[in-house]
Amino acid sequence: MADQLAIGSRRGLRPALPLLLPAYLWLTVAIFLPLSAMVFFSFMTDLPLAGKDWAFTLGNYAAFFSQSLYSTLLFASLRLGLEVTLWCVVIGYPAAYVLAKVLKGRSREAIFLLVILPFWSNGLVRIFSWAMVLREGGILDTALNAVLPFKINIDLMYSYPAVIIGLVHSYVPYMVLTCYLTLQAIDDSLIEAGRSLGASRRQVLWRVIIPLSMPGLIAGSALIFVPVVGSFMEPRILGGRTGTFYGTVIEDQFVAVFNWPLGAALSFILLAVVLIILALAAPVLRRAG
Amino acid sequence: MAGVQVANVSRSFGAHKALDDVSIDFADGGFYALLGPSGSGKTTLLRQIAGFDFPDSGRITIGGESVERVPVEKRRIGMVFQNYALFPNMSVADNVAFGLSVRGEPKATIAAEVQRALDLVQLGKLGGRKPHQLSGGQRQRVALARAIVTKPRVLLLDEPLGALDKALRVDMQIELKRIQREIGITTIFVTHDQEEALTMSDRIGILRDGRLVQEGPPEEIYDRPQSEFAATFLGDANIFRGNATGSGIKLPDGTTIAASTGASVPAGARASCAVRPERIQISTGAAKADPANANTLKGQVSKRIFAGNNSTYFVERDGQTLKVIVQNTGAERLAEGQPVVLSWSPDSTVLIAA
Ligand SMILES: Nc1ncnc2c1ncn2[C@@H]1O[C@H](COP(=O)(O)OP(=O)(O)OP(=O)(O)O)[C@@H](O)[C@H]1O
Ligand SMILES: [Mg+2]
Repeated sequence: MADQLAIGSRRGLRPALPLLLPAYLWLTVAIFLPLSAMVFFSFMTDLPLAGKDWAFTLGNYAAFFSQSLYSTLLFASLRLGLEVTLWCVVIGYPAAYVLAKVLKGRSREAIFLLVILPFWSNGLVRIFSWAMVLREGGILDTALNAVLPFKINIDLMYSYPAVIIGLVHSYVPYMVLTCYLTLQAIDDSLIEAGRSLGASRRQVLWRVIIPLSMPGLIAGSALIFVPVVGSFMEPRILGGRTGTFYGTVIEDQFVAVFNWPLGAALSFILLAVVLIILALAAPVLRRAG
Repeated sequence: MAGVQVANVSRSFGAHKALDDVSIDFADGGFYALLGPSGSGKTTLLRQIAGFDFPDSGRITIGGESVERVPVEKRRIGMVFQNYALFPNMSVADNVAFGLSVRGEPKATIAAEVQRALDLVQLGKLGGRKPHQLSGGQRQRVALARAIVTKPRVLLLDEPLGALDKALRVDMQIELKRIQREIGITTIFVTHDQEEALTMSDRIGILRDGRLVQEGPPEEIYDRPQSEFAATFLGDANIFRGNATGSGIKLPDGTTIAASTGASVPAGARASCAVRPERIQISTGAAKADPANANTLKGQVSKRIFAGNNSTYFVERDGQTLKVIVQNTGAERLAEGQPVVLSWSPDSTVLIAA
């Protein structure tokens, strides 16, 4: 690895350019151009496409600071992101551990498939199946009432927990996969070495395995936290009236109110906040990893 | 400190018997080498003693106590793994401190003990490095320091020198032996290298296909192997096969070979004789042979390999190739193709039951 880098820098970047060109071309067309258009829109009073008059303004950004609703919703979304990430760690890490260190052969493949299945199903289908499970008189309600001797009323639909459940289900595979990869790379003899030195299973877990799987936990958390903060589909469908978050407000600007400039400005504020959070967390995480 | 007794231990993986009724008594404070070809069960035996794996039958005691229900972390063993298994996320000092810190020792004690252990392996200045910043030999010494700092009762070493080059290996052998003597710990040392086993240990056990073939002090195993396998696995040996005569064997062509050490085999039974290459004298036949060398054979030199302080002659005789090692005394060297006489003493001939 170090050798390859050394060779690369000695030869310089020039020979690599033809190889990099297609990728950069694609990035320019697919991401950079639309994104710059959005930056442009975010400083406009109205869309030029509609044929109306427009002018440059900072008003879209000012709106975020003048109306407390937006910052309140942003905080709610950040909290949602944090909670979903934590649940994904709590559920995904043990699953990854079992996959990487306990199961062998066939059973590992089968369980692995089950874990990444949600990845392959359509997001809307997934969310509406949860809606069927969680609503009053739905599958969970019926099943629990069939088993329990007393009557209970489970109606999780259109609630905060429903949003959490839906999001965790959508995003937990990321955590399982990233943690599985780092756990897989931990040599079993490290675990045995820890035990031979007098550490119990639990001590080995806390002092050896978890520190060594930090890169996977961090990568998984970043992969989950960022999209969850901006999510709108799960909050809208599973959260109903309680499901108003920062992401749903942005979506509204684009598909309902057609205030693209405000939607774009709100998106860039979110992007800035997320980047600041990641930058602040980086030194702490680097020390942990 | 404590001795380790392994009594009638068997362990199978599916239909494969990795250990088959193995019994060994590892003496308190002794240095015991386990030797055997790849797949003979050496690692499996160490893992039973360490408690990473459990025997199907048989008993293991450490310090006189059965460890059947004692988990690894309570057995008070130190283990050095073949791949060192240093914790990559910790510094050298933290690696060595691990065993003391999980025990909850006070910080000051830990720091002092760690420094002492690192000094013992002559790595006192490298405590702040990470394992990936060390050479192979340094890593091995860290692994050793980490294993002994907790004052284990038994030290288990699984081919710890396997990855080192020859020069470093010899240095480490001396150092390992010095440390072992200094703290007087019962040590069980797995190795592929017969020379290493001979020079370092005070007892050797040879395993083959999960069975203990022979066990004893190095001199005894080398001088009086009880099987052709032991004779050829530990050192080189010329093997003659024939029928026992009571005082040696008779080869199929009628030649008799006298043997005065080894097993006693009833006359007429199949048996073999083993002779070490350095015990045989080789001459052109002109000079009078040493009268003590009652065994003589005629042959022809087919090849000579010069190795500085000695030469190895390969001698063809009746379809068999014999090996003779001659010290370089400056005497005339024999040419390839030359007819020669081989002679050796019955005292150097070991009789082995078939
Ligand atoms: N966990 C296991 N499952 C199945 N077979 C095993 C297992 N561990 C060991 N074996 C088998 O048991 C036999 C002995 O293995 P072991 O590792 O003890 O050999 P060894 O003497 O240490 O060999 P080497 O010198 O190559 O390290 C081998 O045939 C091996 O394939
Ligand atoms: Mg082995």
